[in-house]
Amino acid sequence: MSRYSLGVFGSLRATFTRELLILWRNPGDIVNPLMFFVIAVSLFPLGGDSDPAYLSGIAAGVVWVTALLAVMLSMESLFRGDYEDGSLEQLLLSPQPLYFHLLAKVAGHWLLSGLPLVLLSPLLALMLALPQDAYAPLMIGLLLGTPTLTLIGAIGMALTVGLGRGGLLLAVLVLPLSIPVLVFGAGMVQTALAGLPYTGLVALLGALLVLALSLAPLAIGAALRISIN
Amino acid sequence: MLSVNALHCERDERVLFSDLSFTIKLGEVWQLQGANGSGKTTLLRILCGLNHDYEGDILWQGEPVRRQVEEFRAGVFYLGHSPAINKTLTPLQNLRWFCAVSGFADDAAIMAALAEQGLRGYEEVPCRHLSAGQQRRVSLARLALSPASLWILDEPFTALDRFGVAALERQVAAKARAGGAVLLTTHHQLRLDCELQRIDLDAPRETRA
Repeated sequence: MSRYSLGVFGSLRATFTRELLILWRNPGDIVNPLMFFVIAVSLFPLGGDSDPAYLSGIAAGVVWVTALLAVMLSMESLFRGDYEDGSLEQLLLSPQPLYFHLLAKVAGHWLLSGLPLVLLSPLLALMLALPQDAYAPLMIGLLLGTPTLTLIGAIGMALTVGLGRGGLLLAVLVLPLSIPVLVFGAGMVQTALAGLPYTGLVALLGALLVLALSLAPLAIGAALRISIN
Repeated sequence: MLSVNALHCERDERVLFSDLSFTIKLGEVWQLQGANGSGKTTLLRILCGLNHDYEGDILWQGEPVRRQVEEFRAGVFYLGHSPAINKTLTPLQNLRWFCAVSGFADDAAIMAALAEQGLRGYEEVPCRHLSAGQQRRVSLARLALSPASLWILDEPFTALDRFGVAALERQVAAKARAGGAVLLTTHHQLRLDCELQRIDLDAPRETRA
């Protein structure tokens, strides 16, 4: 008999790779938010003052706000397809622990939507004349902040997936929750620019991520059960 | 195996069914009948645990479902209106994931199930290139893979050709003979070589005190 038991970990890996495969086969879902990120940021020097001193002052805020919006833009594809084709029902009905499956799914999504934002950020920082000392806090901040934003966005997405196109509603629901991440993330870059130690803010962003990792999957699961009802 | 006691469901201030009681035993095939909008799909979704807007008791192996959610989910397979097939993935990838969330991996069985559905050679073709009937067959291939003892099938014959219909009828009868149970809705005249129990949602039910 070739059938063998996968255990929880093997089963989670299947959900994770499935998420990667689906995104890989729908490159628009990855590329659109990235393009938005790059283009929106690059419009600031064109539309505003192109003086490097001015740009480096607003750089942290611009990159962070645009990253936040790009993450929200990418959330649309997280549950929409699975909701429409019925895979979500199968996941909710499976005897496997939903908490970890949702975590695996969000992790797969972040790897192809959030991580590229982090990797692209130095390029945009260069465009906005951000001093090089601030690259590290910007990237560390985004590395810790985008998973949190993805998890928060997933809660909003899970709540609105049954309502058709709930884009605006998603923003209204989720943006207030993401403000702490934005404040600490952008604040970290400013602190570094002022020559002060920013490790405390790294710890705060890390704490927010741990909080989101432990609580968000519960909220996402509950929201999905409501949406599918 | 699955008992339903005095089930009552209202939707949009309209009573869909009230005081509905039945018991599905191993080896039985049940057909749920009713006109469009009579609540067939709602009842099936309540039974498999997707819908919670009901009053009454649902018992699995004699115990309330709420107390043994995992055992219940492992024992029930639900096939809804939507195929649960991702169109960008291939049949093989779709079924692998289905097996994984059911807790096992078995590529040989997946290939056999696809071949049985007449999809040999289509294992690696993205599902969006398959016809509606073929996508339905990919979805139905899960029946052969599922370890569940109770199948809950909502309109499983949709989009199938007559060979597919006959094959599915044989599969349902075989499941009952092998000691499983099947509850299904269909508007198609079933030709099963086994006994068929019926629940009619249109028929006025006697209300018991």
